[in-house]
Amino acid sequence: MIRNITFALIIGLGFATNLLAAGASKQHIEDFEFSFEGPFGRFDQHQLQRGLQVYTEVCASCHGLEHVAIRTLADPGGPSLEISQVKAYAKQFDVFDPELDDTRSAIPSDKFPSSGMLSAPDLSLMAKARAGFHGPYGLGINQIVKGMGGAEYIASILSGYTGHEKEEADEILYENTAFPGGWISMPPPLEDDLVEYRDNHSSTVHHMSEDVSAFLMWAAEPKMMARKTMGLVAVMLLSLLAVLLYFTNKRLWAPIKRKQTKI
Amino acid sequence: MSGIPHDDYEPKSNFEKWLDARLPIVGVLYSTLTIPTPKNLNWMWIWGSLLTLCLVLQIITGVVLAMHYTPHVDLAFASIEHIMRDVNAGWAIRYLHMNGASLFFIAVYAHIFRGLYYGSYKAPREVTWIIGMLIYILMMATGFLGYVLPWGQMSFWGATVITGLFGAIPGIGEPLQTWILGGPAVDNATLNRFFSLHYLFPFLIAGLVILHIWAFHTTGNNNPTGVEVRRGSKAEAEKDTVPFFPYYVIKDIFALAVILAVFFGLVGFMPNYLGHPDNYIPANPLVTPAHIVPEWYYLPFYAILRAFTADVWAVQLVSFLTGGIVDAKFFGVAAMFGAIFVMVLAPWLDTSSVRSGRYRPSFKWWFWLLGIDFLVLMWCGAMPAEGIYGTIALIGSSYWFAYFLIILPLLGVMEKSLPVPATIEEDFDAHYPPKPEPVE
Repeated sequence: MIRNITFALIIGLGFATNLLAAGASKQHIEDFEFSFEGPFGRFDQHQLQRGLQVYTEVCASCHGLEHVAIRTLADPGGPSLEISQVKAYAKQFDVFDPELDDTRSAIPSDKFPSSGMLSAPDLSLMAKARAGFHGPYGLGINQIVKGMGGAEYIASILSGYTGHEKEEADEILYENTAFPGGWISMPPPLEDDLVEYRDNHSSTVHHMSEDVSAFLMWAAEPKMMARKTMGLVAVMLLSLLAVLLYFTNKRLWAPIKRKQTKI
Repeated sequence: MSGIPHDDYEPKSNFEKWLDARLPIVGVLYSTLTIPTPKNLNWMWIWGSLLTLCLVLQIITGVVLAMHYTPHVDLAFASIEHIMRDVNAGWAIRYLHMNGASLFFIAVYAHIFRGLYYGSYKAPREVTWIIGMLIYILMMATGFLGYVLPWGQMSFWGATVITGLFGAIPGIGEPLQTWILGGPAVDNATLNRFFSLHYLFPFLIAGLVILHIWAFHTTGNNNPTGVEVRRGSKAEAEKDTVPFFPYYVIKDIFALAVILAVFFGLVGFMPNYLGHPDNYIPANPLVTPAHIVPEWYYLPFYAILRAFTADVWAVQLVSFLTGGIVDAKFFGVAAMFGAIFVMVLAPWLDTSSVRSGRYRPSFKWWFWLLGIDFLVLMWCGAMPAEGIYGTIALIGSSYWFAYFLIILPLLGVMEKSLPVPATIEEDFDAHYPPKPEPVE
């Protein structure tokens, strides 16, 4: 009997602490306003270029973009750099060429280098591999207006550091309001004015987070603008076809249903 | 091919006569396309055409994807990204294929529940129903195999969980699981055979679709009244029917255009809505995702699988009676496959002499409850298997079995049904009254 009560208590306590832990690890994802949200949203080319600058100067020291070809920086619907700019940009990376059996400086047809650190995940698809929000009621319908929320998730992580840190198992963890569990092993990568934007845009942590997240959204979904255009054209053409077929069908059935045809 | 009296194909030109004497294929196509179809079909009869289109869409996009995809554990994930970034319109083809699977399942569930409501499974259409169920089971298998191919985290862990189900079968389970996987765990051998089978199954489905159509063209379509077309003479049959072409061809194409407009909206504006973000993380056998969730179309059966835990009395009883051979895991697996098997048995479990649910006042309530039950189970399947969700899933699963095994047999005996119209023509005329004859 006593054993049963103890057992029940332990279970009950476990349940309660679980709830507390769940409460404490409540993530806060800020809803950034991105230009590419919604069915008509488009990438802001200047924001992508600023984001590329943040990525190159900050993120790239640990992370990689192994699925993204450097040449795509010139593609329409992306940062849309000039070909000459892309060639100059590529030169700063060293890549291993199996044919030369040696490293050489990168050319536009190469991919971005992959992550240099084991603990730093590749960022090519990060904006699609995280869902910032899934409301209302877990249905995720808000995705149609807000996008998947991956960009919001990244921006919230980058601007979500509280400044507190702790050491756990020989590792320093940093408190972050957006990370599940509240503690992240990535040190705060950004500080105000860390990057000097070429277009003199304000470079607060908030702005840099926003810009680099937009860039990573493009890196994950480079064909987004073409996709939305296709969606729009397809929906319009199919709707028109549906209207025409509606009247065709109505007229076809009219004699069977003994109705007057007006058209 | 059809049992309903109708005009046969008459070869006219010399070439047609020559061909018809050797291979009467034009005649078969003619009969198929002009089959007399009940003229009172409602909008729930459009799903069959949509399903055929889905199969064609999936095969065409799938064949193109296979040209660029590499079935190897080190290359599969990157080859998908290659399709998304470098192949001309590859992103469109892949998103159509991904979401095409969802469209396929939306249509098949609507089609199945249509059949359950209007009693389309009842004699003489049992064979059509069973072939349909085989198609549905093959679709589930094909969808699962396809989901593994991108080799993301959910692909890998989904494959691990689902193949683990076979391991739960007492005795032969473990060797069977190893045989399916081609090794001790989900690995390159698994990916290769899954790719091979994912390419094969759609063609088996296509074959079964032909049998499905052949079967219901022999018995004739069911219709909302459940009353059979009169077959005494061609003139009599024509009072109940219209030829499939052009009447239902145009109607179905109109419905297709509306549904495809919504579908392309989904593909264009939120193509990853129905997917899981974790599948954009490459498969990693060392990191288990927090929640392993299957695709939405498996969720109701996933909920049934997880509902029967070791603390359910029925599980304990069966476990006791079999001396522990049947444990909770195997019970869950059996329940999941059983949930589909009881649907297959529906033609013999339903004892009612009235076919259509329209004339069965109590049946209607139980049927709609089954529809709600299906959605509740789908929701439970997406939730973590703990606390209140487990209880709800157990109640939902029990109702699923009770509907087929208890309610359908008993209702047929106990229910007092409403009067059924004598002919399809009578039902149609009630909706679209004939004009009074002009008086001279």
